[in-house]
Amino acid sequence: MKIHQLSVFLENKPGQLVGPCRKLAEAGISITTLSLADTEQFGILRLIVKDWEKAKQVLKDAGFVVNVTEMVAIEVPDRPGGLAEVLDIAEQGGINIEYMYAFTDKLGDKGVLVFRFDDPDKAIHVLGAANFNIIERVDLFNRLGIIS
Amino acid sequence: MNHHNGQPNAFQSVSSPDYLPPNQLRALQLQRLQAIVRRAYEHQDLFRSRLEERGLTPDCIQDISDIAKLPFMVKTDLRDTYPFGLFASPMDEIVRLHASSGTTGKPIVVAYDQHDLDVWSNVMQRTFAACSVHPGDIVQNAFGYGLFTGGLGAHYGAETLGATVIPISGGNTERQIMVMKDFGVTAVCCTPSYFVHVIERARELGVDLKSLPLRVGIFGAEPWTSQMRQHIEDEAGIKAYDIYGLSEIIGPGVASECDAQNGLHVFEDNFLPEIIDPTTGTPLPDGEEGELVLTTLNKFAMPMIRYRTRDITNIIAEPCSCGRTVRRIRRISRRSDDMFIIRGVNVFPSQIEAAILAIEGTLPHYQIILTREGGLDQIEVQVEITPEVFSDTISAMEELQRKLANSIEHTVGLRVKLHLVPQQTIERSMGKAKRVIDRRQLAE
Repeated sequence: MKIHQLSVFLENKPGQLVGPCRKLAEAGISITTLSLADTEQFGILRLIVKDWEKAKQVLKDAGFVVNVTEMVAIEVPDRPGGLAEVLDIAEQGGINIEYMYAFTDKLGDKGVLVFRFDDPDKAIHVLGAANFNIIERVDLFNRLGIIS
Repeated sequence: MNHHNGQPNAFQSVSSPDYLPPNQLRALQLQRLQAIVRRAYEHQDLFRSRLEERGLTPDCIQDISDIAKLPFMVKTDLRDTYPFGLFASPMDEIVRLHASSGTTGKPIVVAYDQHDLDVWSNVMQRTFAACSVHPGDIVQNAFGYGLFTGGLGAHYGAETLGATVIPISGGNTERQIMVMKDFGVTAVCCTPSYFVHVIERARELGVDLKSLPLRVGIFGAEPWTSQMRQHIEDEAGIKAYDIYGLSEIIGPGVASECDAQNGLHVFEDNFLPEIIDPTTGTPLPDGEEGELVLTTLNKFAMPMIRYRTRDITNIIAEPCSCGRTVRRIRRISRRSDDMFIIRGVNVFPSQIEAAILAIEGTLPHYQIILTREGGLDQIEVQVEITPEVFSDTISAMEELQRKLANSIEHTVGLRVKLHLVPQQTIERSMGKAKRVIDRRQLAE
């Protein structure tokens, strides 16, 4: 049910982002999506890739500090209010969202939201009970047109 | 594996001077002190002129306490007389020279005649024995070989004891780990900060140090904290001993911990320890903390009388549970010259280390950078991120940063700029770790 996300610690200065990206490119690993969070001093690069175990090893071997976080991907209709419905349910269920980012589904008219919940298992339970479609890992990459 | 474990008495003879009755030891010290003061007076121009200025002759030493009449020697005396100005033996008797790495200007040079090398081997042999190394142990000597005294000092001591020495020297960490594993190494010697690096690298290589025959670590050449010892012992599954020495006196082999790991026994038949108030130079009684001053009692080529080590400790005169009668010095966790003064506050790197450890539990690489901005001194502490403390959320990382800064402020009383940096950002040292970078002079 959960999607593995890699996070990499970076210093917030020019040229830092290219390092991990180049290492993944050299290993033939394609980045499905990413987000970057930063403070004045440091940044956290968050990545979703298909072969996360290999990507983690590549980054670790290159000397980066990497950790793995479990994310939850939820399908929402690609129309106004799609996100708000999820957020309402989450709030009512007492689930905290640390951060999130969105995909567009290449194969249909759905949006895919990737959430970092403080408690992913509880989130899956609450959102599943509210009939949201929680996307399996394999399904996620299929939807994004990434061949298994 | 080790058939000597059941016979501790087999090593009594090796370490017998460590067990001398105190009155015999004091008599030996006085006799040797009188002889070495005479030798220095006759052969070291600097020492003789300083005695003459004070109207003293070697006859002023009638009791060990008379040593307080003598002038101190300091590191700059070695620089000022560079290279051979303090040698008390002719060159045809000197068989070895060593030199310090010399971080500022000229290095300092030290000399040994054959007698001195024998003394050195003897005190290092007693060091290894105190650290529970026996014939049959395989000793990986990762102290640097060369001008630095660590490598050869440990080498001859371990050989004299009858252990098997691997003279691997420092550096090339992957090869160190391979040799440690393939040769069944049971004891390793290096600086504690380098061994922390070895632990880190072994983990990355998937080598479990705890599963290896390695059981003893002999660490010296830089101050380290008890938390760092705990980290090393836990991570490597070894007993970590602290040893002490300095090139100016002989190299490693001045003092060593024993199994009790509660202070370092000074090899007092060869080195006379004193503790002084670092500001006034007044001798302090046993137990009081101050600067360690050492006198070589049995070194001919380059006697050092009342050498100020800059290391802060105290003498422990109480008997040790191991039975050795030579007095101990408390583990040295700070040096008065590692100390820096910032905004009028004295700060030791070990204090900052302890503050970081209190938060993180294990020791990350860190560095202290001093700068001057607009006439005001600034202190920045860079701490490398480890997988154990890294989180994907900004709030957790800012919380870590805040906790570290607060812990340091609480310990040293100064607000620091705390900077989390990626792994491998801080330069690794194969010898002594460079903890403090002072850019204040450059900025002016």
